[in-house]
Amino acid sequence: MTETEDADYHAVRWKEPIIFQLSREGRRGCSLPTAEQEIKTAVGNIESRIPERMRRKSPPKLPELSEPEVVRHYVRLSQQTYGVDSGIHIHGTCTMKYSPKVNEAIARSPKVADIHPLQDSETVQGILAIMYQLQKWLSELSGMAEFSLQPRGGAHAVLSNARIIREYHKLNGELEQRNEIITTVLSHPCNGAAPAMLGFKVVTLYPNEETGYPDIETLKAAVTKHTAGLMMTNPYDTGVFDSNIEEYIKLVHEAGGLVAIDQANVNSTLCRLRIGDVGADLCHFNLHKSFSTPHASTGPGSAPIGAKQELTKFLPVPIANYDGEKYYLDYDRPHTIGKIGEFYGVIPNIVRAYAWIMSMGAEGLLEASEVAVINNNYLIKKLLEVRGVSLPWHRAHPLRLQEGRFSLEKMRNETGIGIEDVNRRIIDYGLQDLETSHEPWIIPEPFTPEPPETSSKEDLDRFAQVLHAISHEAYTTPDIIRTAPHNAAISKIDRTPSSDPKKWAMTWRAYLRKTGGEDNGEASR
Amino acid sequence: MLKEIGVTSAEQLFVDIPQTIRHTKRLNLPHPTSEYETRRHIEKLLSRNATSTELISFLGAGCWPHYVPAVCDEINSRSEFLTAYAGDPYTDLGRYQALFEFQSMIGELVALDAVSYPWYDWGTVASDALRMASTVTGRHEILVPRIISPDTLSVMRNYCDGQIEITLIKENRETGQLDLEDLKDKVSSKTAAVYAENPSYLGFIETGCEEISRIAHDCGALFIAGVEPLSLGILTPPGEYGADIVCGEGQPLGMHTYYGGALLGFLACRDEERLVSAVPHRLITITKTEKEGEWGFCYVLPHRTMFAARDKARSITGTATALWAITAAVYMSLLGPSGIQELAKTIMEKSNYAMKRLSEIEEIKVPLFNAAHFEEFTVNLDSTHKPIREINRSLLNSGIIGGKDISKEFPELGNTSLFCVTEIHTKSDIDMLATALEEAIR
Repeated sequence: MTETEDADYHAVRWKEPIIFQLSREGRRGCSLPTAEQEIKTAVGNIESRIPERMRRKSPPKLPELSEPEVVRHYVRLSQQTYGVDSGIHIHGTCTMKYSPKVNEAIARSPKVADIHPLQDSETVQGILAIMYQLQKWLSELSGMAEFSLQPRGGAHAVLSNARIIREYHKLNGELEQRNEIITTVLSHPCNGAAPAMLGFKVVTLYPNEETGYPDIETLKAAVTKHTAGLMMTNPYDTGVFDSNIEEYIKLVHEAGGLVAIDQANVNSTLCRLRIGDVGADLCHFNLHKSFSTPHASTGPGSAPIGAKQELTKFLPVPIANYDGEKYYLDYDRPHTIGKIGEFYGVIPNIVRAYAWIMSMGAEGLLEASEVAVINNNYLIKKLLEVRGVSLPWHRAHPLRLQEGRFSLEKMRNETGIGIEDVNRRIIDYGLQDLETSHEPWIIPEPFTPEPPETSSKEDLDRFAQVLHAISHEAYTTPDIIRTAPHNAAISKIDRTPSSDPKKWAMTWRAYLRKTGGEDNGEASR
Repeated sequence: MLKEIGVTSAEQLFVDIPQTIRHTKRLNLPHPTSEYETRRHIEKLLSRNATSTELISFLGAGCWPHYVPAVCDEINSRSEFLTAYAGDPYTDLGRYQALFEFQSMIGELVALDAVSYPWYDWGTVASDALRMASTVTGRHEILVPRIISPDTLSVMRNYCDGQIEITLIKENRETGQLDLEDLKDKVSSKTAAVYAENPSYLGFIETGCEEISRIAHDCGALFIAGVEPLSLGILTPPGEYGADIVCGEGQPLGMHTYYGGALLGFLACRDEERLVSAVPHRLITITKTEKEGEWGFCYVLPHRTMFAARDKARSITGTATALWAITAAVYMSLLGPSGIQELAKTIMEKSNYAMKRLSEIEEIKVPLFNAAHFEEFTVNLDSTHKPIREINRSLLNSGIIGGKDISKEFPELGNTSLFCVTEIHTKSDIDMLATALEEAIR
């Protein structure tokens, strides 16, 4: 293990202007069809049909560029973006696995891209078959009776499940009494935010200092006649599996509540644990985590929800169904919560996930999961050798599932260098920065690397070596970290506009207004 | 690696999962297949889909067929954008800049200064807008037009469940325009916002926006406008008729129809702290760095979102639709001001030609409402005494996908279908529709 890993990487540095600065009057990047002369003659001056006050006086001030200029600009921006395909990118909780390119080719086929959601089912039997089969596979993977593919992201799925919990109690006439949802602080924040959005009071449980999860007694104390349900993540983002889960579910059920388990990241328990078998009533999977659809610069994702038999009547409509001869969209669900989003879900990701599950097969999924967990525990071993790094709850849980949440508290106390600094420095070595933690940071100075099954041993060794090198710098030459990044596309960012309404500018027009006038010439070529 | 970890088998790594709850049987899933087999199997399934290039489709209703320039697909496929996630601006500078540019161009379309990170779809951003209005005003009633997509309304009801009451405003039966008298009757000091759409779900242009805005503001309520973005090439931007919050569907900005799977909600508001603070999603601001001449980016008020505030945020955000938004930025920069203006005009010319052409058929009424229409219009088939399903089936036999049957959504409008015509339809496509429809109703 070397402590002098080279930071001789350098990011692409284009100093690319904002696209509005590249605009030149009269240029245009594409030609589009126009109406035939006969049409123009038949309809006359079309704008005169719009009442005066609804007629736009001058066209929107979009930038004016030629096609090659647009392409160059966005290719450069893509080059200044670090994806899974670029290098070591093991952002935790997100399962940044490599997405096979064949799935891209399939999902982008015109047979997927150019069909309309309201076409007669007869003309879309292919996509309906894929949706139907994926629903079945997800049911098999979760032990749930039925799946809806409609939610477009993890938080959307959790909101759907919170709505189903409300609807269930509404139907039983108990909604007024049951106005509390229990969650745990190490669950994804949407498990608190979504029920709160629907008016539930949210009770957040904290972990025992020894075990890393709440005691049974803590849960018992929280469960009352007001409990509508428990909404939590398991395994946690600490990579710890909450082995009280069965008991929690029993207790909440006994009290008349429902249980929704956030299975967004199911990578470590795939084929090994089915949350429906453990007694959960509802769950969701993130296809963009465990099922290999690319993260797409933060979306589109896709997060199907699964329900136990008794709750399938509440699922959003429609669900793809099969009558023995033909596939169709099934709207016949009298107690449905209706629509949680427009149409049927993120279709290209549904196709990608179908292709991935099919190619992996049951054996491949189990193996992928196992390899990911081996990768993680290997990385934990290596990172615990780094000075200043610790893994809370290590004594109780030396082995973790999908990831570990480490702390740089010791390093910060001894050198003044914390995770914010390290995250700016790690970039200089050509790695993607580290996932810290959702808030609150109950683990101080946290970072959460999650190596999926597609990380190689060499990647993990390199990752550990870079952390060794940065630790060495922290203890010997901390200034190089404080002033980082040195090899990124830009230097240290001024974050004051973040909280200053006079300075923040979410659009170029706002920027020009707030800084006084036209393009001030800075940063332009 | 197992040796380094200090175990002898991978099985030992799962020690935390109680044996009693483990699944030990092989799941009923396929056996692994090669890349070739997988592709062949799926492509065979997909061959049972008929695309809008194989048939002539006149469907819209929330997902509209437009030409997608090749550059959009090219940038959308860029491996870096495709496989990136949530890195800092230091590693993901390009992603931040492209999304800032998306926000900026939406700002130009709607004429508002504050634009949010992209979100799921029109229904969910409209719902966010309703909730924002409730937060900002401390009021819990929203007025929404009766003529609205029932799916969008259903999403709104789910988002507002138990929190906000949604009341429907009638339309003028002749023109489809929001009935201002009914609006005045229902608006009160309890109203958080009035929501209106332009063009409406049934395709006509709502011309009373300034009055609607004034009526809402007079009661201390906000005015929220839902818009289709391409129409803003020729329609007055909502920022100019008093909208406080604007939302809409960005799918027309360079996304294929994808069976409704490539939607992109956009959300904008006045650049006022109280409104910006109520936006549930990430907001990128442009900033500077320590070096002269460099642009940097960061998030506005990050502690306001669910990520930090958890249940106190009382809203959700997260992974949404960034890659579509980057694609939309590409599309808008390809079009430029003259392109979007010309495109909007073309769409309107073609759809108005289609209305004119179809209205030559005696038994049908096109459109139902006496108003200007943008790209969609109603076709009433009452006099044909044939169910729309049957008519659409005949059209399909001629290689045409007819409009959306809205007779169940709005029974009082009778046997009515919603047609969509855009720049992709040629005169001969439209003429063919007219001929086929004439045959279908006989």
